[in-house]
Amino acid sequence: MNALEIADVWKYYGDFPALREVKLSIAPGSTLALLGRNGAGKTTLLRIVAGLSRPSRGSIKIEGSIGILGHGIALYDELTAFENLTLFGRLYDLPDPRKRAEEMLERVGLSRVRDGLAREFSRGMRQRLAVGRAFLHDPEVLLLDEPFTALDDRAIAVLQSMIQDMRDRGRTIIMSTHQLREALELASHVALLQRGQIVHMGERTQQMLDDTGWLYRTYGDN
Amino acid sequence: MFLRQVWTIAAKDLHSELRTKEAWNASIAFSVVILLLFSFAFDPSSEQIREFSGGLLWMTYAFAGALVLNRSFARELQNDCLDALIASPVSSAALFVGKALANFALLFAVEVVSLPVFVLFYNVPWGTGQILPMLLVMVLGTWALTVIGTLFSALTVNLRLRELMLPTLVYPMMIPALISAMTITTNVLAGDPMGFGLRFLVGFDIIFTLLSVVFVDTVLVG
Repeated sequence: MNALEIADVWKYYGDFPALREVKLSIAPGSTLALLGRNGAGKTTLLRIVAGLSRPSRGSIKIEGSIGILGHGIALYDELTAFENLTLFGRLYDLPDPRKRAEEMLERVGLSRVRDGLAREFSRGMRQRLAVGRAFLHDPEVLLLDEPFTALDDRAIAVLQSMIQDMRDRGRTIIMSTHQLREALELASHVALLQRGQIVHMGERTQQMLDDTGWLYRTYGDN
Repeated sequence: MFLRQVWTIAAKDLHSELRTKEAWNASIAFSVVILLLFSFAFDPSSEQIREFSGGLLWMTYAFAGALVLNRSFARELQNDCLDALIASPVSSAALFVGKALANFALLFAVEVVSLPVFVLFYNVPWGTGQILPMLLVMVLGTWALTVIGTLFSALTVNLRLRELMLPTLVYPMMIPALISAMTITTNVLAGDPMGFGLRFLVGFDIIFTLLSVVFVDTVLVG
């Protein structure tokens, strides 16, 4: 049983096909780097997988719960760090949301400021809190949309360590990114999306790591 | 599970509102100022009060309600919180009912505060026998305003002119419930029986609650 099965998904915005006959099967425990240039359809695909948008055609099957870290931090500015995480813990029906929130605040290095309002946090602290929110319920499938963009060094370190931890525990991760080096180092599989179509899907190879431009040169249109 | 999710969403909205008091301050100030201005502008006789009391009161509540309802889903746009809610296991129906309950509580509180202002400044004949019927019509009328308003707040949340679009769309839909609530209120304050309007209002509430719960997923995810 695959963790994620995307079957012939099309997505139209008006007459424009943002996704064209996308097919993907992702085995449990895989880390997929979803690559592609701006406007290739990465975010559209992730939004459909997350249930934030409906496909115009095709179907999606997901095994287990999903977590998402998108472009927005998805935190309430008027709530404290602890209240934000407790809220999402309750929404995910965790057995002890308060305890889990405290554990996660410790993990992302924000336990000392747990009662500070999110709006009073620095950008880096907000980013770490957002990472904590996405990983809070230990999702079986984690969707990361440009996860390293605009993160400070400490937030990148926290995120990389948590992704590594999830990989070690056999969770499935799909991340779209422009940062090829970081993505390829973490990925077990690579999919290249071009003008709404998957033009390559396969295991990550050493060649991709040695020459990060190879994939675009080989499968891309320039 | 459903009720717990509803309660979590409602408690979160109320907690956020009590901390910022954005909608509360605006709607309380609006309703009290309007009632005071009209009382000084017209200096109505007791016979005139008998005729327009219900209309004036519910017009004030409806406009004050727009200030509360505008914030309902707009609050979720900050930091893309709506995406995190939709991607969570919370059903759209639970999200809608939770938000409608929070809006109801806020608007009802505004009404409870502004009702004594109305009674005092318009010399409305008021007896203990009117308290329960008045509370009943306030509960039914307020739920009618909030259930329609919350659905349209979800519908207009992504529009650039949502502050303008919400009242434009929502008031025509509210007209039957408003007319009914106005008629019953006028009857109650005159010491007359509530009449057919009460049954109409109950039916309106049930039908629009069911319709909203059914359609809110389409409205939110598209």
